[in-house]
Amino acid sequence: MLCLRDVDVHYGPIQALHGVSLEVAEGQVVTLIGANGAGKSTVLRLVSGLIRPTRGEVLFEGASLARVAAHDIVARGVSHVPEGRRVFAGLTVLENLEMGAYLVRGRAAIRAALDEVFELFPRLRERRGQRAGTLSGGEQQMLAIGRALMGRPRLLLLDEPSLGLAPNLVQSIFGVIAGIRQRGVTLLLVEQNAHMALRVADRGYVLETGRIVLHDTAERLAADPNVRAAYLGE
Amino acid sequence: MSQQLINAISLGAVYALIALGYTMVYGVLRLINFAHGEVFMVGSFIGLAALSVFHLPFALAVLVAMVGAALLGAVIERGAYRPLRSAPRLAALITAIGVSLLLQNLGMLILGAAPRAYPPAIDPAPIAWLEERAGVVVTRQQVVILAATAAILAGLSLIVSRTKIGKAMRAVSEDRQAAQLMGINVDRVIAFTFCLGSAIAGAGGVFYGVYYGTADPLMGLMPGIKAFVAAVLGGIGSVPGAMLGALLMGLVETGVSSVTLRVSPSLVLTGSTLRDAVAFAVLIAILLLRPAGLLGRPGREKV
Repeated sequence: MLCLRDVDVHYGPIQALHGVSLEVAEGQVVTLIGANGAGKSTVLRLVSGLIRPTRGEVLFEGASLARVAAHDIVARGVSHVPEGRRVFAGLTVLENLEMGAYLVRGRAAIRAALDEVFELFPRLRERRGQRAGTLSGGEQQMLAIGRALMGRPRLLLLDEPSLGLAPNLVQSIFGVIAGIRQRGVTLLLVEQNAHMALRVADRGYVLETGRIVLHDTAERLAADPNVRAAYLGE
Repeated sequence: MSQQLINAISLGAVYALIALGYTMVYGVLRLINFAHGEVFMVGSFIGLAALSVFHLPFALAVLVAMVGAALLGAVIERGAYRPLRSAPRLAALITAIGVSLLLQNLGMLILGAAPRAYPPAIDPAPIAWLEERAGVVVTRQQVVILAATAAILAGLSLIVSRTKIGKAMRAVSEDRQAAQLMGINVDRVIAFTFCLGSAIAGAGGVFYGVYYGTADPLMGLMPGIKAFVAAVLGGIGSVPGAMLGALLMGLVETGVSSVTLRVSPSLVLTGSTLRDAVAFAVLIAILLLRPAGLLGRPGREKV
């Protein structure tokens, strides 16, 4: 479904990605793990068109995204939940969700998407009239994910959904991820919490300073002694 | 007193119509569109042509001026600002000043620098029964302009708060990148914002022309700066802030105009000479106390 081929990314003089290749098959959950600054978020920003590769190719369903504007990539079925949630603080919860459905045509379709998100996050229904800036961190994360789901993506890019959340909320976010997967959405998940990420993922890639150093099934990665030492704290 | 209040509100209404364009464009682009006063001027001249050359009724003339100003706004955005979207902000700011000077001088070249008489499209005579009963001089002109301004402001508030494009404007002004990730075509939203702000300023230009009876190519300068101050006063980026700031500017200016200060027998300061100085002093004072403006949210500068 998604395929990166030998991609380089530069931020000015600094090279953030070195020849990254990866693949996400339809229906899978694929996770990117790695330390801070390894380039995990860069991969997601690349797929959603916020930045462009200096070399290599990004293919979504076989078509290159090189000349596709970020907002048109969304139209093709890719939603990105950015790092730090980035909800529209001055808009209400409902308005945030409506923005997520910006490209969805028809009142009935928006209504249906809204019901689905409220079913996944009942808390958002209670708070729908409230400004997003007044929500707690966990609620904002739910809103950010719900907002991305409003567009009915086929591929969801999730950047550090568990960051800064209390342990019980981390559990429920990963529960939600499993639920999203059951709805047939393909996921590319960036996480620092490698432990949880490898538990929900089918496959995993390990990034170190902009290079992919390891990729395998999640199961085997979780059993790999190097991964255990570096990312699972054992 | 109530007389001054009515004059103040009339002046504030015109400032509000200009200030909204500044504040909305700043919201989505973080750019002070210094050419905005000239859009107001061009709108005024389009209205003048519609009234005195084509003899259109007042309401239609306002509409034509709004459409013309909106087109001008779109052209300015597309031609001058969009190519600089990723350039340093200072480049866009200098371009804005350049566009402003260009339009002023084009105006003088085409129309000449001399003020032109604006046709009194609405009866400028005071409404007799109000003068008799309440002792206040209110002209039909003032009433029509105020009503039209109120309608425009209400319409704008509705657009910004209820419509899809209005919500997208707010989303873009909060976080342009996150808006892109929603599938919002940010360029289109910015262009729409320019059109909307310019149309309102165009209407303001016609009202101003009718109210003061003249139009000239430099007429956008002072009202433009005052409206900018009003927008900053209210909290730039905030739509209700711009309305409030404009009303305050109108009150302060009208209030000061009515005062005469005898410093010494040879130095008498009349209100009209003090007016601008006091207006800007108020700005400085408010910004010292509330740097984000009256209704502005204290800016957490985005990284």
